[in-house]
Amino acid sequence: MKIILEGKGELFQKPDIEGFRKFVKEKKNRGFFKKLMSEKEAVEKFVNDGDYIGFELYGTVRAPMSIVREIVRQGKKNLRVAGQGLMDVDFLLAADLVETLDITYVGYEVLGISPVLRRACESGRVKVTEWSNAGITWRFKAASIGVPFIPVRSMLGSDTFNFSAAKVAICPFTGMKVCLLPALILDVGVIHVHKADVYGNAIIEGISGFAFEMARASKRLIISAEEIVPNEEIRKYPERVTIPYFLVDAVVHAPFGSHPGEMVYLYERDEEHLKEMLKKFETPEGTKEYLEEWIYSCKNHEEYLEKVGTKKLLKLMKEKMGR
Amino acid sequence: MNYTKTELMICVASRLMEDYSTCFIGTGIPMLAAALAQKLHAPNLIPIFEFGGIGAILEKLPRAVGEGRTFYKALCATGICDIMETAQRGFIDYGFLGGAQIDPYGNLNTTCIGEHKKPKVRLPGSGGGNDVGSLCWRTIIIMKHEKKRFLPKVDFITTPGYLTGPGAREEAGLPEGTGPYRVVTDLAVLDFDEKTKRMRILSIHPGVKLEEVIENTGFELILPEKIEETEEPKEEELKILREEVDKEGYYIK
Repeated sequence: MKIILEGKGELFQKPDIEGFRKFVKEKKNRGFFKKLMSEKEAVEKFVNDGDYIGFELYGTVRAPMSIVREIVRQGKKNLRVAGQGLMDVDFLLAADLVETLDITYVGYEVLGISPVLRRACESGRVKVTEWSNAGITWRFKAASIGVPFIPVRSMLGSDTFNFSAAKVAICPFTGMKVCLLPALILDVGVIHVHKADVYGNAIIEGISGFAFEMARASKRLIISAEEIVPNEEIRKYPERVTIPYFLVDAVVHAPFGSHPGEMVYLYERDEEHLKEMLKKFETPEGTKEYLEEWIYSCKNHEEYLEKVGTKKLLKLMKEKMGR
Repeated sequence: MNYTKTELMICVASRLMEDYSTCFIGTGIPMLAAALAQKLHAPNLIPIFEFGGIGAILEKLPRAVGEGRTFYKALCATGICDIMETAQRGFIDYGFLGGAQIDPYGNLNTTCIGEHKKPKVRLPGSGGGNDVGSLCWRTIIIMKHEKKRFLPKVDFITTPGYLTGPGAREEAGLPEGTGPYRVVTDLAVLDFDEKTKRMRILSIHPGVKLEEVIENTGFELILPEKIEETEEPKEEELKILREEVDKEGYYIK
């Protein structure tokens, strides 16, 4: 295959697909055992300094925030991050735990640009490689189907390509130019779901974003769930399971785990909290205050929820969208 | 004039959405336009949202491209790969985009102002923008008409328009027959000259002078022999827009 163009962005995680196969063979436990644990234990056990980490979410939707907060609390550092996210990336950047960032989009849509991301990039502190949304998701897809790269027709001709680590090649079958995306294998992936059993079989309601692909592209996988359900419920509706247990290393019970984001059919996002947070994020001092108040000074997710308060949580539940 | 510029832009964008067409909808004005189209001339419009919502009934206006309202009473709740692959195999007719900067060929920047390594302003990034602009048949760009945004050259081509001119998209390997179709601004509607692929004025909004459009554009626009006036929002459009589409007042107040 003839390579005719190369993006000059740095490739932060090599597509070691043979290594991934070996890992999956040797390290992924097929055993049907209980994996239920706290955020603290899950992060201690499965997140290391220097890991390449990714979170599955879209905007403020179904965001695994209780795990993100715990990572910040434990100060796991020099992380390399797949930045198809928002508050996950923002919190880690705010706490200065990120070394490199494969970015596609970090922004709050109607609420504006992230001041934390701006400071991190504009100071040149964090190394950034660009991708499109489809680009980064297809990179997960390549890893999930077990191939070192995937040819696509996106990103061609743009600076998004020029500042990525993709390549353009001539297709050996058609002679067309195609963009080759390297598989993205995560050291650790984190996904928040509606329901899971203690073994890790997980159900997502509504749209599934890139959970399917990311779960299968992760060496280690932490699942947090709004509700822990009996295994019988899983077996009754197996077609609803996006993530089967053998992909999963830790199951964390995290009601309101997406707060200040939302969880479709369960609770709305906390608009008030988000606006106040973004206001604080405008300055480095404010950012520190926010982290202190909402992360460091709360021992765990339970204390965090106590701080948010029942009244607010009930209000967010009432505002939820019906079917 | 009993309407705002935003309302006019929404109505113009809405009219571009045909019944039974597939539309890739981004945050903001495209959401309002799609909801309006569904209630008026395009009840069978198929709104598609990048994180997996297909065919939602837009009774309540989404505020983000992944939120529940993007698949409210939808036909399918799938994932981002399925949506992007649907675009890649040619099934999405229209894609709606915004940007911080645009050039004469419709190339868009949503990544950074200044040098990439240490930018003056870091913007959110491509998101699905690059994919929409690469893979949908026709891209419709909606943005504010200002000289600092309409530039001879953008700082960073996040999303490809016609790149450097005729044939450049195909030369880069992008799908044939795709590219920017319209630019809807608060002053005018623009299209792209078939020969040069450069931006051309199609119609100017009521009450706006040609000089105003030229002054607010940082490059030379192609002027057709006859410049039309954009059709004003109709009573019915405004009524539905205000009373039904954005009754919560998220976007229009």
